[in-house]
Amino acid sequence: MRDVAVIGFGMTKFGEIWPTPLRDLYAEAANVCIKDAGIERDKLQSAYIGCMSSGLFNGQEHLASILTDYAGLGGLAATRVESACASGGAAFRAAYLEVASGASDFVMAGGVEKMNDGADATYCLSTASDQEYEVFHGVTFPGLYAMMAHAHMHQYGTTPEQLAAVAVKNHVNGALNPYAQFPVEISEQTVLGAVRVAEPLGLFDCSPVTDGAACVMLCPVDVAKELGKPIIKVIGSGHATDSIALHDRADLASIPVVKLAAERAFAQAGIGIGDVDFCEVHDCFTIAEVVCTEELGLFERGQGGPAAAEGVTARDGKHPVNTSGGLKSKGHPVGATGIAQICELYMQLTGRADGRQLSSPRIGLAQNMGGSGGSSTVHILEVVS
Amino acid sequence: MISPRYHREKPQRYRLEAGKCDSCGEVHFPPRKVCRKCFAGDFTTVNLPRRGKVVTYTTIWIPPAQFESLKPYVVAIVELENGTRLTAMVCEAPPDEVTIGTEVEIVFRKLQSDPVWEVLQYGYKARVIST
Repeated sequence: MRDVAVIGFGMTKFGEIWPTPLRDLYAEAANVCIKDAGIERDKLQSAYIGCMSSGLFNGQEHLASILTDYAGLGGLAATRVESACASGGAAFRAAYLEVASGASDFVMAGGVEKMNDGADATYCLSTASDQEYEVFHGVTFPGLYAMMAHAHMHQYGTTPEQLAAVAVKNHVNGALNPYAQFPVEISEQTVLGAVRVAEPLGLFDCSPVTDGAACVMLCPVDVAKELGKPIIKVIGSGHATDSIALHDRADLASIPVVKLAAERAFAQAGIGIGDVDFCEVHDCFTIAEVVCTEELGLFERGQGGPAAAEGVTARDGKHPVNTSGGLKSKGHPVGATGIAQICELYMQLTGRADGRQLSSPRIGLAQNMGGSGGSSTVHILEVVS
Repeated sequence: MISPRYHREKPQRYRLEAGKCDSCGEVHFPPRKVCRKCFAGDFTTVNLPRRGKVVTYTTIWIPPAQFESLKPYVVAIVELENGTRLTAMVCEAPPDEVTIGTEVEIVFRKLQSDPVWEVLQYGYKARVIST
């Protein structure tokens, strides 16, 4: 396996982008990425594109062909990758492995989702859970995380105020992110008083419905050095799956797939969570960030809520989580999210994170998750001097 | 949902048929081809017990279109007396009567009506047992 580096990124602004079709979202992110990486487009050898559900959201499949064609990359070896909301992370892993294997030198990992195109987003997203044994019975996606939240509250005493602290903190960060869908600060009262979606989760416990695309360029570390690029090396890549139905998990207040993916990434990197300077975590709902920070080992079980409330995960806290604003404030175009997390790692590690820049971070971790925890990827990037 | 797809789920939705592994005894609902505990492939059909308790729940305020007329409604993960868990809508109880530990029984109800194929779809819901 060769050492692999990230050498550039491109993103659209996230939001409700009604005038822009699916194909143009990807075309914009891809071309910004190619330019940012500073390579000629004919150097590119393949692309992986994460997208959860263009078939349901836009009635469009055969995605890799149409997207690369309209991005000016016709003829490229291109593959669409689907793992629900972890599609982006899975696409990044596929691109990483292709470069690491020696098969290709320049591979672009991307992700895209156009969720505002007239489809019933609640239904489309619910297909990431068990169609016959969850969705059929009236469960929604927020409903699954709401059931996790009730279990977590019952087992550990986690409170709505602690969950609200996650949303408030992520909006503080997102307010400084020019790519964010909702770059505004919010109050605890806004979260707690919001319209209910699935008890105990309200509207501001939930990530929004978002259009957007993101891409990153990968190449061997040796090639990145020749190009004179800052070396942002992929030191760990972990991937795991679990049962798709929440009711099949022994502990309903846990998401074991995250721990498994993290263990695999840490084993490859030869480091532990204590060596990580900051994390992008899959906060599709406030309770998800709480549980995922516990699964990653940042906090003991049951301590994720108190840690958020005490500011431990704030930008100036001991363990900064979601400096980008997370899915909550930045937005969650599901297929693009895993790549957008890598973009945030890249910006932070290269000192390009503007007003939300951390002080010289060296190691960042991105955790992307599908469904209610049916899949997860964990990637760890390090600055190599 | 087209009728063949609906029809094939009837043994589970109408009769709570599960697959008990002939090798290790693990009960799977719905049935599987491969045992998740011992990976054996032979099963005997058993019917699940109908009583259980709520292990977690939520009240859905924003449902997909086909459940719009029912909102707000409660869905729960129910652990049956044999330890098998399933997800079901809770019926005939106001949302504030359901919590973790609430005792329920599985009952046969209409679940939804397909807007495209017009197939009436029946199955199980969980009814709170009055104490």
